[in-house]
Amino acid sequence: MLTRRRLIAGAGAIVASAHVGVPAWAAQDVKLLNVSYDPTRELYSVINEAFAADYKAKTGTVVTIEQSHGGSSKQARSVIDGLKADVVTLALDWDVTAMERAGLIKPGWRDRLPDNASPYTSTVAFLVRKGNPKGIKDWSDLTKSDAQVVTANPKTSGGGRWAFLALWGAVAKAKTHDLSTVAGNDEAKAAAKAATAFPVLDDATARTVITTFYNSHVPVLDTGARGSTVSFAQKQIGDVLVNWENELWLALEEFGADKFEIVYPSVSILGEAPVAVVDAVVDAKGTRAAAEAYLQYLYTKDAQDTIGQLHYRPRDIEALARYSKDLPPIKLFTIDETFGGWTKAHATFFADGGVFDALYKPLK
Amino acid sequence: MSATPRVIPGFSLTLGYTLFYLSLLVLIPLGALVFKTTQLTWAEFWGTVSDPVVVASYRLTFGASAIAALVNAVFGLMVAWVLVRYSFPGRRIFDALIDFPFALPTAVAGLTFSNLYLKTGWIGGLGDNIVGALNRLGSFVGRPDLLPADALSGLDFAYTNTNVGVVLVLIFVGLPFVVRTVQPVLQEWDTEYELAARSLGASPFTIFRRVIFPEIFPAWLSGSSLAFARAVGEYGSVIFIAGNIPGKSQIAPLQIVTKLDDFHYAQATAIGVVLLGASLMILLVVNGFEAWVRRRRIA
Repeated sequence: MLTRRRLIAGAGAIVASAHVGVPAWAAQDVKLLNVSYDPTRELYSVINEAFAADYKAKTGTVVTIEQSHGGSSKQARSVIDGLKADVVTLALDWDVTAMERAGLIKPGWRDRLPDNASPYTSTVAFLVRKGNPKGIKDWSDLTKSDAQVVTANPKTSGGGRWAFLALWGAVAKAKTHDLSTVAGNDEAKAAAKAATAFPVLDDATARTVITTFYNSHVPVLDTGARGSTVSFAQKQIGDVLVNWENELWLALEEFGADKFEIVYPSVSILGEAPVAVVDAVVDAKGTRAAAEAYLQYLYTKDAQDTIGQLHYRPRDIEALARYSKDLPPIKLFTIDETFGGWTKAHATFFADGGVFDALYKPLK
Repeated sequence: MSATPRVIPGFSLTLGYTLFYLSLLVLIPLGALVFKTTQLTWAEFWGTVSDPVVVASYRLTFGASAIAALVNAVFGLMVAWVLVRYSFPGRRIFDALIDFPFALPTAVAGLTFSNLYLKTGWIGGLGDNIVGALNRLGSFVGRPDLLPADALSGLDFAYTNTNVGVVLVLIFVGLPFVVRTVQPVLQEWDTEYELAARSLGASPFTIFRRVIFPEIFPAWLSGSSLAFARAVGEYGSVIFIAGNIPGKSQIAPLQIVTKLDDFHYAQATAIGVVLLGASLMILLVVNGFEAWVRRRRIA
């Protein structure tokens, strides 16, 4: 907590000092709106200040960035419905694709920035009560006879979808990679590109485990990732919370490390959170230069360090290594290689009448 | 209409304004809702609104709203009666408290209720605490295990499969309607009718049933139906206290949000149209009943 505050204060000081040297006539203010998902509030409040200082130093332009946070899909819907976002930084590829379909973002946005346009990643892990009374170690323990698991609804929550796919991929023995090394990253990218068949989608074991899991081990399905954290940590429901890694850290910091501990399963999913410039908006507002610089800034050493500090996994291998105590290396499988990308995964699992609807009907 | 003398001048102007205002705020948006639904084919529409999970959500929404409205009808009437007829210390404070559910963001209410009625909450844990205390007392007098430990464990309402929690928050959000519609009628009520009835030998119950109740009945009924309508549309508080398990504890508004999160706008409005239609029908039936009762009384 203290480090975060120091970080913000430091960034503030940089902004203040940057104001001094530039004459007033040079200032042509740019306003950007970053529409993001729930857990990134803290991350972007730090990054925005740092970027503004950096941009001012380089171009003399004062840029202020407004933030909007909410459920990932809800945020995408707001932009489609007319919220003038210059950039979107969301939880799901699928939500950005929805904006692409609506004609707001040009096709090919995924290749316009490095690493599938996701400057940071996260993964899905477990939070258990101190001492791990139910002995939860891996995915198979979630369907142990009496384990009660809190997770978000995959129909309404990005985090819920990642959790679903993590469990599915782990059970179906998806091919994993060591993404804490450059070689592992390259290998994962090549494998994703080469993948053509996705037998994991039809895995019978995964089907059975998912059915048991959602029907008999989930006492409450919150509509969002943050809600499920609150249910587990504050309302004391369940034995395990399955959620984004950074949410687990947040719960640990917020509610006390003396109450909970984070458990990393043997394998998990690479959760990529995509960012994109909203082409239709920046072209209308004339903010393209600043918006693109903003997203590119996320890949700089400074931003990557902040990202690691706030418990997101930096793409920069060195930054990731610096925070490896909090973000230990874990074997990860990618959605592109395992499920054929978000569009296919969505159609198979989460669309109406998809696998989730077919397996999860706790009607008598 | 023009044959009757007018009290307020400018009838055509005010009527025009009223129609314009209502159209802008109510008719056009609701029309757009229905229009958006027409994007679906009939089969798609039917498939969406008759999905078993969606049907179960209507059942929960209307069932829980009806129970909440009935509870509010009975206890709201009682509250209004007490507030009007008796004077006691703190009456003004209680009177002001009634409006709280109008003002409070319902999400706050949902959070508060769910924390309170959880097994670990004050009231949700009451059963276990009582049993624990009794058993400790029992061990003093040499009879430990007076009650099994889970004798009263059913007292936690949040997230349980019984949906009692959902009804609880719906009672909360609907509470002011009955009280605030019945209260002014009771205040205006001339007690001379009661005295007259009593002098004719009527029992207190008969006085209430035959003299007072018919007078407040229309207000009471419309207050109750308002409470019902309010509960049908409630979202914020319910998602915090319900388990949100599809088919068991998901309300219809949550189904709408689920469809929207999937970018299925037309399907979401389809469920909205069903809710709208059902609410409209129920309100019409209630109004019809009220009119019928009134006609019968005059006849």
